[in-house]
Amino acid sequence: MSSGATVTPPKKTATKPAILLEKIATNFWLRTIVKKVFIVWVVVTLTFFIIRALPGNPVEIMVMSLMDSGLSSEEAYTRAASLLRIDLNAPLSEQYLDYMSNLLKGDLGDSYVLAINKPVTTLIAQRLPWTLFSVGTSLLISFVIGMFLGTLAAYRRNSLLDHALTNFGAAIESIPNTLTAIVLVLLLGVTWKVVPLNFMRGSLSPGIKPGFTVEFLIDLFKHYAVPGTVYVFSTLGGWMLAMRSSTISTLGDDYVTVARARGLPDLRIITAYVGRNASLPLITSLAISLGFVVGGSILIEYIFVYQGIGLLLSQAIGKRDYPVMQGILLVTTITVILSTALADLLYGWLDPRIRITGGGE
Amino acid sequence: MGTTAPTRSETRSNQGNAFLRTFKLLARNKIGLLGLTVFLLMTLVSFVGPLVIPPETQAHVDQIYQPPSAAHPLGTDFQGREMWKMVIHGGRDVLIVAFLAGIITTLVAVTFGAVSAFFGGWVDSLMMAITDIWLTIPRFLLLVVVATLVRLENVWMLALFLAFFGWPGLARQIRSQVLSLKKREYVEAAQLLDLGSAHIIFREMLPNMMSYIVIAMINAMTSAIYSQTGLVFLGVVPFGNNWGVMFSLAYAKNAIYNPNAAASLLVPMGAIILFQISLVMLSRSLEEIFNPRLRRGV
Repeated sequence: MSSGATVTPPKKTATKPAILLEKIATNFWLRTIVKKVFIVWVVVTLTFFIIRALPGNPVEIMVMSLMDSGLSSEEAYTRAASLLRIDLNAPLSEQYLDYMSNLLKGDLGDSYVLAINKPVTTLIAQRLPWTLFSVGTSLLISFVIGMFLGTLAAYRRNSLLDHALTNFGAAIESIPNTLTAIVLVLLLGVTWKVVPLNFMRGSLSPGIKPGFTVEFLIDLFKHYAVPGTVYVFSTLGGWMLAMRSSTISTLGDDYVTVARARGLPDLRIITAYVGRNASLPLITSLAISLGFVVGGSILIEYIFVYQGIGLLLSQAIGKRDYPVMQGILLVTTITVILSTALADLLYGWLDPRIRITGGGE
Repeated sequence: MGTTAPTRSETRSNQGNAFLRTFKLLARNKIGLLGLTVFLLMTLVSFVGPLVIPPETQAHVDQIYQPPSAAHPLGTDFQGREMWKMVIHGGRDVLIVAFLAGIITTLVAVTFGAVSAFFGGWVDSLMMAITDIWLTIPRFLLLVVVATLVRLENVWMLALFLAFFGWPGLARQIRSQVLSLKKREYVEAAQLLDLGSAHIIFREMLPNMMSYIVIAMINAMTSAIYSQTGLVFLGVVPFGNNWGVMFSLAYAKNAIYNPNAAASLLVPMGAIILFQISLVMLSRSLEEIFNPRLRRGV
């Protein structure tokens, strides 16, 4: 099950430890984990050096803004150093090592403008569930609708319906989600007055406590409906087009022809034979797209004042709160990496062929 | 060499006609023609319009937020400026960034993908590992964070910046294209003739990928406009007057809650959407023309 996807079989003449080493080196899961950790490290390093090396050094900006608030230059430097969890006078390499060791302890520094002296991890922990909920739910809805419409277009290909669906899908994919959001607020909230404006600001009505109460769930849904629609609308086209082309290529496969020849019912062919195989390539992109939608959530949460991580980031950008910006970037990357790992697992479960090529013995 | 000379001149003459032939095919494709017309028209108006029509520099305090009427065809904005003049002046920067970013993204992606696929082995593994990492990183967030640190003062910087974040997906696609071309007979023949890597890549492979590359470039332009709109809306790329700045300002001034101000919000947004859709229609029709298999759906 798990000795990697490489083609070289273990050499028969090799001694036992050598075989063990090779097994470790080619172990699929081990390699996956090493690769993911490496990506996280790249992102951390990249942001660390970008923030410190670029013109308009944020540390300087931070010191300046602290001095503006009445601190002396020395106090400002010590404050900045303690907030960023680095010693500013130390050489860059030492700063980097310090930062990394703090990071390994789970310490991302403190916010210095948004919520003074509050750990970044706390801030993110408060906001992340909202983004994961809204983005995750919408992504699943859009994925399911997209698969359905894509299969429909593929089965009716070259019909009027197919042309309408594919052109519509391609068009909505290119419309920036900011514009979709503004148009929806304008139409639903201002022009037609279908949705009260207070359901398009914030993620919960004031006074409602999270918990498994009917009241909470209804309020949650009311605030989620419009931003959720924007997420679905802006990702739907991509899924539909991908599913359409994937289904069309699957329809030409031999096993589909055989299934038809065996006289299996159409619905069973569509779901168990075509649908299952055609959706496989889409599973991995589902995980990767989580990252993009979380990225795009900055704009949507900004418009709807939805209390997620994206809103936190746009607030942090407005105030140039670097520890928060850095922390969010890191947490989002980890989210994407975890979800890709999940997709890999799911892929193996959905497609037994991967498991077979994965394990030699 | 005697056998290659005529084929080369033949491809050359084919290339000369390729543009014309593509245009003829596109003219027969209704959606493609529509897309091309809108695209050319908007480009023309955005580049020539500002030369003919003087810019709206002065505020007209008595004309603020006029709805569209005979006197104000597209209404006025929060400073009482004519929207139709603003829109004509607001296209150039958006389009220049889109063109530049599209070209740079495509160049980087083609070079990266082609070199990776052509040389194979560890070069390929290394380059694809880099691409994979770059694909996994939430790039829009990184883009936003970096954009707050780098001062993007001109369109060149912004275009370079968008290209830097936009190439990896395309590089992967180009790589798989080159991999499949590598197995074609004429490429194998060129390799047997020992014509050199540069000759094979630029003279044999690239001409056969041109249609694919053009389509990819149009798509890169679409995503450049997409990201650009977001960056402008967040206020991290401040410059001049353009469609993005126009609707962002209108939004910031709460034009959304003022029924008379809807035009100042909708007009620049409409311009962006129209341009995006024209690009999409153009690229999809080109795809249909160059890849007829798509149409038959094999």
